Amino acid sequence: MSGHSTYEPKTGIERWLDTRLPIVRLGWDSIVDYPTPKNLNYWWTFGGILAVCLGIQIVTGVVLAMHYVPHVDHAFASVERIMRDVNYGWLVRYMHANGASMFFIAVYIHMFRGLYYGSYKAPREVLWILGCIIYLLMMATAFMGYVLPWGQMSFHGAVVITNLFGALPIVGEAITTWLWGGFAVDNATLNRFFSLHFLLPFMIAGVVGLHIWALHVPGNNNPTGVNVKSKADTVPFHPYYTVKDGFAIVLFLILFATFLFFNPNALGHADNYIPANPLVTPAHIVPEWYFLPFYAILRAVPDKLGGVILMFGAIAVLFVLPWLDTSKVRSMRYRPTGKLYFMIFVVACLVLGYCGGQLPDNHVIPGLSTFILIDADLNSMVWLSRLATLYYFGYFLVILPLLGLTETPTAQPESISTPVLSHPAGMPAGAVAAPEKKG
Amino acid sequence: MADTVVGENPDPHAAGEDPNRRDFIHIAAGAAAVGAVGALAWPFIDQMNPSADTLALASVEFDLSKVALGQQVTIKWRGKPLFIRKRTEAEIAAAVADDGANMPDPEADEVRHKPGKAEWMILIGACTHLGCVPTFAGGDYGGWFCPCHGSHYDTSGRIRRGPAPLNLPVPEYEFLSDTTVKVG
Repeated sequence: MSGHSTYEPKTGIERWLDTRLPIVRLGWDSIVDYPTPKNLNYWWTFGGILAVCLGIQIVTGVVLAMHYVPHVDHAFASVERIMRDVNYGWLVRYMHANGASMFFIAVYIHMFRGLYYGSYKAPREVLWILGCIIYLLMMATAFMGYVLPWGQMSFHGAVVITNLFGALPIVGEAITTWLWGGFAVDNATLNRFFSLHFLLPFMIAGVVGLHIWALHVPGNNNPTGVNVKSKADTVPFHPYYTVKDGFAIVLFLILFATFLFFNPNALGHADNYIPANPLVTPAHIVPEWYFLPFYAILRAVPDKLGGVILMFGAIAVLFVLPWLDTSKVRSMRYRPTGKLYFMIFVVACLVLGYCGGQLPDNHVIPGLSTFILIDADLNSMVWLSRLATLYYFGYFLVILPLLGLTETPTAQPESISTPVLSHPAGMPAGAVAAPEKKG
Repeated sequence: MADTVVGENPDPHAAGEDPNRRDFIHIAAGAAAVGAVGALAWPFIDQMNPSADTLALASVEFDLSKVALGQQVTIKWRGKPLFIRKRTEAEIAAAVADDGANMPDPEADEVRHKPGKAEWMILIGACTHLGCVPTFAGGDYGGWFCPCHGSHYDTSGRIRRGPAPLNLPVPEYEFLSDTTVKVG
């Protein structure tokens, strides 16, 4: 896919520039004539959607930084001033706050897409790992951004997350003091979080550049998971996918606007509109929704260090996934058993997210007390979290390594275009003969 | 041009033989570069540690007459909550009675207060799990209960049940008089 360029400079100035900085050629080869598998479905539009999300966060974030004051005495008031007094400040701040949630919705769909269609497998391991790095940077950025309004959830969320590092033996206390710049989460902490929250999105943008570079070397995976064999399998990126991605982006922005204009605080927590008070912790402390699955894993373990290790391990395992899945078949479309386990995995992630938002001792089935197993009622969120956590790790560490060796995949098509072109009798249901004559 | 000798190795110390002056220069330059980067990195790491004014935070003096029997006052010390609790006879007795109980971080009640001042329990009010502020008189042991992840502390501030690994820490403090305590 890379290497061969079809760009031909047409004007004198283009020729002049092309021999000095071939930037027009780079753009042409990347988003105009870039050969793309012709069977990409709508799950593939989330890459473009994510690029839009990053753009929105950077633009609104730079604007907010013009009005925000990173000081414990002024941070909360300055955010309220943005909401009430700054012209269109409410719009920019709600775009930024809801934009973060939209960013995570899109990235989770993008990741599940990669998991389902085996986009992490050779030769796309580096592409996948770069994606994991982007995800880590996103989480760090989102966490630090949530601290900045200096509400009750901001403050105590920061206390809990920074204290996670205190679980490390010997160096734990020194690291938390270093992170805080004092003996507690205080002004020094807020100030550095603001600085890093400004920096990290640009680092994300840099890694996104590498991610796209690593995508354009082997080219896109596709719903069949079968390699592109010939030119018949591809179409040029423009206009086919510029239009398809554009359409998906518009749909996504409608969802975004629905939250933004009709329920801008639906995804936030009311307690964050109470100014931070270091002396009182909110009765029910929860992170933002996109961290809930990891929070559930943390709380599933009765041991402090163990919980922290498992929580970080849940992300670390993604990095080595390309070497855990032993199946040669990329797409779950041809792995009936794998598909089933994958669906359960999606459910396990959703269950973890649900448990993360509940108190650990809450009943799963209301009003039913069963018996105490080890340290909690069996019918409790903590035991449901443990079950889902077990499946989460089991999927990566046991199911994917073993399944690839034992399952019988169904027949894959010879190429992307053969199932469509060479079997007129076996056309998929709903397909129409000679569609060009219809309507 | 100098004379060229053909058929002879012009370098008697070719690769694979004894270290020569060029190897030495490479190693010395590399070591200097690593040293310089390390020396420059440290200030950028250490600047994040507590600054001199943070370290110089004054100690706090507190007037104990404000605390009624069976109650607790929370003040801020070094950015963290400080619990100053005046325990009832029953609470002290409960703590002493449990000295031999099975707990994650065993400690006798008498080493957690000043001699002869058993009624005054002065503790740093940050849960040793993840730093939340435990609520007064909550939990199964009547001491404190952490709402974040369900750690139960007894009336001596010792961890009895839940994910916290350690007892609530006792700060450095002294009684200046019967009614004044200086923390820090």
